[in-house]
Parts: sequence; C-alpha cells; structure tokens
Amino acid sequence: MFDFSIVAKWFDNLLRVTCGLGDFWVILIECVLVGLAILLAYALLAIVLIFMERKVCAYFQCRIGPVRVGWWGTLQVLADVLKMLVKEIFVVDKADKLLYYLAPFLVIVASVGTFSFLPWNKGAEILDFNVGIFLVTAISSIGVVGIFIAGWASNNKYSVLSAMRGAVQMISYELSLGLCIISAVILTGTMQISGIVEAQTGPWQWLIFQGHIPAVLAFIVFCVAGNAEANRGPFDLAEAESELTAGYHTEYSGMGFGFYYLAEYLNLFVVSGLAATVFLGGWAPINIGIEGFDTVMNYIPGILWFLGKTFFVVFLLMWIRWTFPRLRVDQILNLEWKFLMPLSLIILVLMTICVAFNWTFTIV
Amino acid sequence: MENKLSYFGEVREALKTLSIGLKTTIKEFFTSKSTEQYPENRKTTLHIAKRHRGRLVFKRDENENYKCVACLMCEKACPNGTIRIMHEMITDPETGKKKRQLIDYEYDLGDCMFCELCVNACNFDAIEFTNDFENAVFDRSRLILHLDKEVYRGGSLPEVIEGGANWEIGTFNTGTKTK
Repeated sequence: MFDFSIVAKWFDNLLRVTCGLGDFWVILIECVLVGLAILLAYALLAIVLIFMERKVCAYFQCRIGPVRVGWWGTLQVLADVLKMLVKEIFVVDKADKLLYYLAPFLVIVASVGTFSFLPWNKGAEILDFNVGIFLVTAISSIGVVGIFIAGWASNNKYSVLSAMRGAVQMISYELSLGLCIISAVILTGTMQISGIVEAQTGPWQWLIFQGHIPAVLAFIVFCVAGNAEANRGPFDLAEAESELTAGYHTEYSGMGFGFYYLAEYLNLFVVSGLAATVFLGGWAPINIGIEGFDTVMNYIPGILWFLGKTFFVVFLLMWIRWTFPRLRVDQILNLEWKFLMPLSLIILVLMTICVAFNWTFTIV
Repeated sequence: MENKLSYFGEVREALKTLSIGLKTTIKEFFTSKSTEQYPENRKTTLHIAKRHRGRLVFKRDENENYKCVACLMCEKACPNGTIRIMHEMITDPETGKKKRQLIDYEYDLGDCMFCELCVNACNFDAIEFTNDFENAVFDRSRLILHLDKEVYRGGSLPEVIEGGANWEIGTFNTGTKTK
C-alpha cells in the first residue's frame, strides 16, 4: 500500500533542508498548499456530486437528465455555477444584516471543517487528532447554527419555520449518529481516524465484517441518521419546497444561496465518507486472506478505494432520497426518539458485549 | 383508519414497505429511459402522429387547385374568429350565373385552438389539419397565414407529414440514429 506520508515528508524536507526555511515559513507554505488542495477538492467534488445527483435522479425518474451542455451534459453544472456567480447578492430590507451575511459562512465552515477530516489515502489524512471522529461530530454541529441563523436573520416566516425544523431534526439525529460512531470506536479502540482505518486493514477486517451484526445495524442507522443530518432525502423537511418555498435559504441569492447548495452536497459527501471510513474501511482495500487476490487489491491506490466506497454510499443515499416521500415533523421525531435512538443504544450494548467477549470476526 | 400495530409490528411493516419502494425504484433505474431527444431526432427517429393537429392547410389536387368555395361555414364554426374569408360575387360570362369567388383566406395560427370544428364544418373537404408542429416564429404577424396564396408542401419537416419514423404504441423512440 502506497504511503502518502512519504511525499509529505519529502516535501517538508525540501522546504526545511534544501531551501533552508525556518519553522514559520515551512508551516505557512504547507498550510496554504493543503488549504488550497482542500478547497479545490471541495469545489470539484461539489460539481461532481451535483452532476451525479441530477443524473441519478433523472434515471430514477425514467429521464436522461442534462445532455445538452457539453458531452452528455457534463458542463451543465459548470454553467450553473457561472450563472450563480454573476448573480447579485440581494439583501432583504429588514433582515439582520450581520447574521444574514454570517450564516452561509458558518454552514460552509462546518462543511469544509468536517470535509478535511476524511482519510484520502494512507498517510493523507489532513486533520488527524487523537479525538478525530469526536471532533467531526462537534464541528458538524456548527452547520446547525448556520442554518438556524440564516432562517432567523432572513426575517421571513417560512425561513424561521424551516430553521426550527432544521434545528430540531439535526440536533435529534446527531444523537444516533454519535452513538453509531461510538460503537465503532468501541470496536477499534481509538478515536483517531487514521487509527480507525488502520484497524480495518487485513483480511475481512472492515468494521462491517469485523463487527458483524451490530456493525451492520450501526451502518444502517448511521446512513439513516446521516441522511437526516445532511438535510436530504425523506428528511428534507427543512427545505420542503411545497410548504416553505425554499426553506431557510429562501431569501438568499447568488453565491449566498450557492454556499448552502455547496454545503448540502458536501455534507452528503462527508456523511458518506464517514460511513465509508468507519464501517467500510476508508482507504483500506478489500482483503480476503488469499495471497494473490490481496496483492492485486493492495496495488489499487487507497484514494480510489476511498472514493469508490464513498460514492457507493452516496448512491445508496440518493437511491433513498429519490424513492421515499418527505416525512412530517412528528414522524421524523418519532423515528429518531422511538426507533433509532433505542436501536443505537442496543447496538452500543451489543457491540460492547461482542468486544468484551472477543466475539468479533477476525482472521489472524 | 384505526390500524394499531405493536412496536415491532410497526418496524416490520415499515421495513417491508420501504424495501418494496427501493425495489421499485432500482428497477426503474435500469429500465430504458423514455426521453425523446427532439432537435437531435428531427430527421431520424421523430414520430408525430398523422392525426396530430399542427396547423390548418388547404387540400389541393394534382394541379394544385383548392376546393374552397368561400361558403364561410368554417369562419362561422370557428369559436375564436381565427378564420377570416374575403370573397366577391362574380358573374360567369357564359351562363350568366352569379358565383362566389375567394379573394383571401386568412388563418391566424396564433389564435387557433386546434379544435377542428372548421374541418368538420366544411362541406367541400377543402381544409385539413397537418401534423406540422414547428410553428415557432419571432413575430406574431408571421403567424397570420393566407392559405389560398400558399401551396403547402410539408413545412419544415416534409418527411414527417405521413407520421415520420416507425413507432409502436407503448414504446418511445429514444435514440437519435435511424435503425
């Protein structure tokens, strides 16, 4: 397996030794480069995801989606982005100006923040704390604040309603999201994302195999809760078009709206990426314990494994989104508090028992 | 509807119905799509039913003579006042009989609602609808047509007048290439 930290170390050496720069400059240059890389990946992935969403949605609805702009419609999203960029950002008269301008940035900060925790390859985790996965859930909560502020600052009854719904829903579902992650943490014994992925290398070591029944259940609950957390699918009642015009971003135009749009799709990617990292092994290739097969699989770069798994989960979530109708507020809260919460607590207990009695699935 | 289920009964029912939904949509995902790609397929797989009412034309015989006798039945039948007919009385110099003659048959495509009452009212089988549907122009005045002055030979898509490409009921001509 290719270790990306070789490249990182080489570059660090290049700056420190060959160019003879001090600590400050080295760290500054590296931070700027990494930041640029993150933002570039963020924008590119958003374009890919929006295109994918439109195509997948079209295919589920027996259409073929965008086909005019560029080959097979590939430039459609780019055209949309350009359109959004040249639009005027229009402020409502009686809006709370400060909060109104602040809200999209909070949402985008939460989204970029969680985005930079994803493990792209071996040695290519950008943020890798010892409490990594815990911090991800913490940062993702900033997004709720952004949505709530947006609804409040817009001075629009629909936006406030939508913000209330969004806050209620996202805060509730964070519980089962967190509990599912904790059950994974119990299994791997670490909160560090690189450690969680490292624990999943080797034959049949992905958590979903390793932790068998509780892990599969946790994966399902994680997908449901993650879908709600990203404000999508059957849980998009924060932006229920038929009831609330557009929801919390009704009063936003131009790139203000663009940020919400970006954040929505990137949250989808982050949730799928986390599901892929925690349960499907992140960049860890599939190994089945047969020498030849494993070597071939190990030759496939980790980033391809990671993107492949993530887009698989993204497709699952899109499939769910375009299948089920939107839930009501009370139904959403019912689902969370009466079904998912108890289930994730049971998963937690089951997982603990499995780990304590060494009933996990391991081939050593 | 009083249909109380137990807690686990509810879960079971939910899982069952949700999986039915997912099965249905994934099947739809892999069926061939029904979108017909219009401007691309104009000259290849486009099918427009022959009975489709695109616009009104005069029927003409092989010498390109029309049959309209300016009886005004169509003008009276039209609920929108789409048709305006100008005519004059002329006297046949041989027999001395008076006869109506058509001067101008004005048909405003922009006002027409394609009800076909004019065609039904015509006693001389002089007018009919064709399936020529590409009627977009940049100016409303260009929609005012003088049917007796023009000799209609199939508009912008003459090959579609008879229906165009083969098509079966219940299917879609989704490709853009002729088979």
